[in-house]
Amino acid sequence: MTTDVVIVGAGPAGMAAAIELRALGLSVLVADEQPAPGGQVWRGVERNNATRLAGALGTDYARGEALVRRFRDCGADYRPETQVWQVEEGWKVFLNQGGKASVATARAVLLATGAQERPVPFEGWTLPGVMTVGAAQIMLKSGGFMPQGPVWLRGAGPLPLLYAQQILALGGRIDGIIDTSAPANRAQALRHLPRALRDWRSLAKGARWMRELRRSGIRMVKGVSEVRAEGDERLTHVTWVEDGQPQRAPAALLLTHEGVIPSVHATLSLGCAHDWNAGQRYLAPRLDTWGETTRGGLFVAGDGAGIGGVDAAVARGGLAALGIARRLGDEVDGDKRAAFEADLSRALATRPFLDALYPAPEGRIPDGLMVCRCEEVTAGRIREAAREGAPDPNQVKAATRAGMGPCQGRQCGYTVSRLIAEEHGIEAGHAGFFNIRPPLKPITLGALAALELPEEAE
Amino acid sequence: MFKSVLDGAERGPAVTVMVEGQEVEAWEDETVASLLLRHFGTARLTPVSQSPRAPYCMMGVCFDCLAVIDGKWSTQSCLEPVRAGMSIERQNGAREVEQ
Repeated sequence: MTTDVVIVGAGPAGMAAAIELRALGLSVLVADEQPAPGGQVWRGVERNNATRLAGALGTDYARGEALVRRFRDCGADYRPETQVWQVEEGWKVFLNQGGKASVATARAVLLATGAQERPVPFEGWTLPGVMTVGAAQIMLKSGGFMPQGPVWLRGAGPLPLLYAQQILALGGRIDGIIDTSAPANRAQALRHLPRALRDWRSLAKGARWMRELRRSGIRMVKGVSEVRAEGDERLTHVTWVEDGQPQRAPAALLLTHEGVIPSVHATLSLGCAHDWNAGQRYLAPRLDTWGETTRGGLFVAGDGAGIGGVDAAVARGGLAALGIARRLGDEVDGDKRAAFEADLSRALATRPFLDALYPAPEGRIPDGLMVCRCEEVTAGRIREAAREGAPDPNQVKAATRAGMGPCQGRQCGYTVSRLIAEEHGIEAGHAGFFNIRPPLKPITLGALAALELPEEAE
Repeated sequence: MFKSVLDGAERGPAVTVMVEGQEVEAWEDETVASLLLRHFGTARLTPVSQSPRAPYCMMGVCFDCLAVIDGKWSTQSCLEPVRAGMSIERQNGAREVEQ
């Protein structure tokens, strides 16, 4: 099939871009892994808005339905439950839909693949019963599944506060929250408060969550170290050290969250230039004001462009659509551009404040800790391999198998790079990342057999 | 580990699937990973140390929810909505050659 633009991802950025591109008269194919549009933030919004979940999930969730409706009506060729396993310059986007591979040819590609939660290994993080806060929130949005006790949260960032508040609103129970953020970050963050006040509504919302949680009687634990998940076959306890004293509490679920990072596998595999965000310790593709990467015709919008949240994603989606139309020979509507840029600037106002309040954690990673979940490789083993060779994640991968499993380094990549940088005494981020090669997502030979390449199809 | 607050019309229709040879009721629109989490609390045993694992991210990036769905190994069960009559097994150890 041939289309003007392929968009990967039907979250806020992908939907906003599709709507705008269709309004400009361009043909658009949107591939998305989920069964319904909305991305992670608005997952299931069409269904959930008709249930009692709507009130608890909040107005920022409910308002997603308006954009989903416009997206459904925009005339894009929307492909749900479809994985993209390769992107080639030219542009060809290889899809896997219902176990059948196919290829879409396009004049431009927009990657709107969003973010993932930052993997931060801790003792016991592979035990059943331990999962991310985002994962638990997906359970809530996909069927109203509430965590069953005793339920503990550990980590830092806005998401644990939001999730806890949503569970309380539905009459659920959270036993305790272990805040892993360093108290010293607060002073750093305050410097950014004046700019953040441009978006005072978001700040007020955060403050309200904190107040409600304090009132709720949930046990709040701060300034602790050595948080561990304990259990044999599955989680039974969470332990930590507080004022030098070991503490222990029964737990059936331990939900962890340490912020979010952009999804960069596709842009890395295409050799786009990336920049290192030192405070948040992630790579983001280098983009121009339209969201175009260093490879002409390939655009990125949404959290994949750098974490900015839902409103930034919508604005970046709109800007990318204008940029794509411009690249394909259209004139840009200056008023529209100005409006999207103003939206983006407002949406990013709180970002320096949040980034300073919740930087990437820096605590020492013990040698015995499992870093690569897939191949079960410890930090000690990675350090050993790092000392023996060059500061190169690919050498460490070859020596240890870390990053070679099915997730392709999505869970261990940054930790491996960090351990290498530490061993070689170089700056974090200078050790690089694993080479990412297709397929971006696993595909079976059976699915490949269905593939008709454009040359052969002629 | 998880229990729904929804019931009746809000909950949507139930579908019957086969989980390791037994009929199990699931809910339309929930994923196989969600069902495995509720039913067993785990999805697989790792190929390296045979340790139990459960779905971790629920959004397609951790691959800890790999399961055997309708005979197909290494399927990301968090991206797979349940469908009536589906056959589901936990993936224990390394992937085997499909029949």
